[in-house]
Amino acid sequence: MGTRKGMEVSIGIAEAVMMADVDVIPAYPITPQTHIVEHLSELVADGHLDAEFVPVESEHSAMSCCCGSVAAGARTFTATSSQGLALMHEILFIASGMRLPMVMAVANRSLSAPISIWNDHGDVMAARDTGWMQIFVENGQEAYDHMMWAFRVSEDHDVLLPIMVNFDGFILSHVVEPIEVWSPEEVKQFLPPYKPPYRLDVDKPWTFGAVGIPDIYLETRMAHNEALIDSQKVMEKAWDEMAEVVGRKYSVLENYKTDDADIVFLTMGGISETCMTAVDQMRDEGKKVGVIRLRMWRPFPFAEVAKELGGRKVVLAVDRALSTGGCGGPVASEIKAALYPLDKRPQVVEFIAGLGGRDVTIGDFKEMYDKGAAVAAGGAVPPYEMVGVRA
Amino acid sequence: MSSDLTNVFAAKMLPKRELFSPGHRACQGCAPALAMRYMLKALGPDTIICNSTGCIEIISSSYPESAWGVPWIHVAFENSAAVASGVEAGLKAMMRKGRIPQRKITVLAQAGDGGSMDIGLQAISGALERGHDMIYMCYDNEAYMNTGIQRSSGTPWGAATTTSPAGTQSSGQNTWKKSLAEIAVAHHIPYVATACVSYPFDFMEKLKKAAAVNGPALIHVFAPCPTGWRCASDIAIRLGRLAVQTAAFPLYEVVDGKFRITQNVPHLKPLKLYLGPQGRYNHLTDDQIEYLQGELRRRYGLLVAKAEASQE
Repeated sequence: MGTRKGMEVSIGIAEAVMMADVDVIPAYPITPQTHIVEHLSELVADGHLDAEFVPVESEHSAMSCCCGSVAAGARTFTATSSQGLALMHEILFIASGMRLPMVMAVANRSLSAPISIWNDHGDVMAARDTGWMQIFVENGQEAYDHMMWAFRVSEDHDVLLPIMVNFDGFILSHVVEPIEVWSPEEVKQFLPPYKPPYRLDVDKPWTFGAVGIPDIYLETRMAHNEALIDSQKVMEKAWDEMAEVVGRKYSVLENYKTDDADIVFLTMGGISETCMTAVDQMRDEGKKVGVIRLRMWRPFPFAEVAKELGGRKVVLAVDRALSTGGCGGPVASEIKAALYPLDKRPQVVEFIAGLGGRDVTIGDFKEMYDKGAAVAAGGAVPPYEMVGVRA
Repeated sequence: MSSDLTNVFAAKMLPKRELFSPGHRACQGCAPALAMRYMLKALGPDTIICNSTGCIEIISSSYPESAWGVPWIHVAFENSAAVASGVEAGLKAMMRKGRIPQRKITVLAQAGDGGSMDIGLQAISGALERGHDMIYMCYDNEAYMNTGIQRSSGTPWGAATTTSPAGTQSSGQNTWKKSLAEIAVAHHIPYVATACVSYPFDFMEKLKKAAAVNGPALIHVFAPCPTGWRCASDIAIRLGRLAVQTAAFPLYEVVDGKFRITQNVPHLKPLKLYLGPQGRYNHLTDDQIEYLQGELRRRYGLLVAKAEASQE
């Protein structure tokens, strides 16, 4: 059992990265991620962490520098948000395509224009198909635990893919929470040192990033896709073992009061905590409602989603991003894809909530429930709704 | 700079081993490919190459073949300097933490003129400013040759390319070639040099100096491209020599801010000798050649003055 400390979640993430004994931290400041790399630079400056802190000149170079350091064989961490993630975009595909394991904390923030420093999931949704593993955490403890977990999964030789750990900017990044920190023994037990199967080694020269002619490109992409899908098994094993070490159990999706629920919310990220409070209050009013929180976004858990949602009457899918001019919410779109093959499908009522940091309240969830209840009672399924938008 | 690095090289003293192997896909008479061969003869096997997208990347690494006998990584077009920053930082951290043995390994990032002077300039500037112990090498064939001879900021005034064509309203490229070495000098790094494949021992000596300094070094190596310059494939070396002898591309080094001309040309040859064999300059009039020659000589004079001032 580790010690419980009150700390800002960003500081907690930096402390966890220190515990993971990273070698290289390419870093570029962007709100609201900045406190993570600031604290890491302090930890290096004070000698608590023996690592190279590389203050690069852009996020594009941050991700490029990460590729170089991982290829050299070093454990590597970076963090970003919003425009920074967008600037990395080109290199995100290359990091995953070259099978370079690394961990990136993404303090989710909306994309410009108009420029906004506040939270939504627009940034990571634009990076959805970059071939990275992508998970969401909801609170400080989850964020802290998942740093160690992310290195372990990413560096597993059956995976060798980079991973984004997403957490809500400001709403989570700047909040002080009690976090139970790991002891060095617990870290040692759970996270072995990184042993790269291939690295830039002058005694054994490899060529990294070769040209993929049409004869080989397709097979490479296929192998990448299979590795990403199969990473779920490694994730689950790492969650199981983490539970043995620190006593906290996580999974690809987590249910809250769903056993007898006809109507369930499907949420992702910090908004889930507000939703659970709303569910508690509605349960007190006798409503059979629960929430399913999606933790693993890439690979997408189609089987688990189909299993958990298949028997329900109505799913209330709450997105924090908008596929402009398209399907509406990207999460809802995946949910529907997961449900479509089922003989008995629930109705999916879609909401886009909290874009650009707009608050999503308990009252908002209650209104969403009422709209779902109307559908459950036989009403027509409305088109997706932008929650709280002013007329 | 220690004195053993300024030895005179001779062909028979060079290592026989080819770390950039033949059989790659470069065009006939490609001087950048020759630059690779010389570069690895100078730096040896304890070298890691971070390559930008471009001619050299494309001709040397078509899976499942590779021309590289040293560890080599290609990530993207504009970022080889940033990738090399990461390689250098990773090796440094792992050696310090005892994960890999302590050993002198040279990390070299490279790109063509477009990958260096245009799209990669920011990453180069960042890497130089941060002081990584690495070499950045620009192999300059004066246009985007890999994509089909489009102009870059390394294309010289007057040269026709597929995006700076000569026409009734145009005399080809109408801007001046960017001085990459001078930009590097402005970062106050320990070693900067220009070089040319036609002066292989000068080039290799500069690479050895660049590898020996503690901190960043930049080498801008001139490498004629017969395909892009519209010239015969057997005259790349002659053209490189003429570029130096006409002041189109002077050779110098800057050690801790002090300029030294490494290939003195007391009597510059007429520029026409250099331009004449190249189809890319066919359209230039005598007046235009005169104008270009005047400007190149004026700049060479400034360089000579800087070298003289550095001796004071």
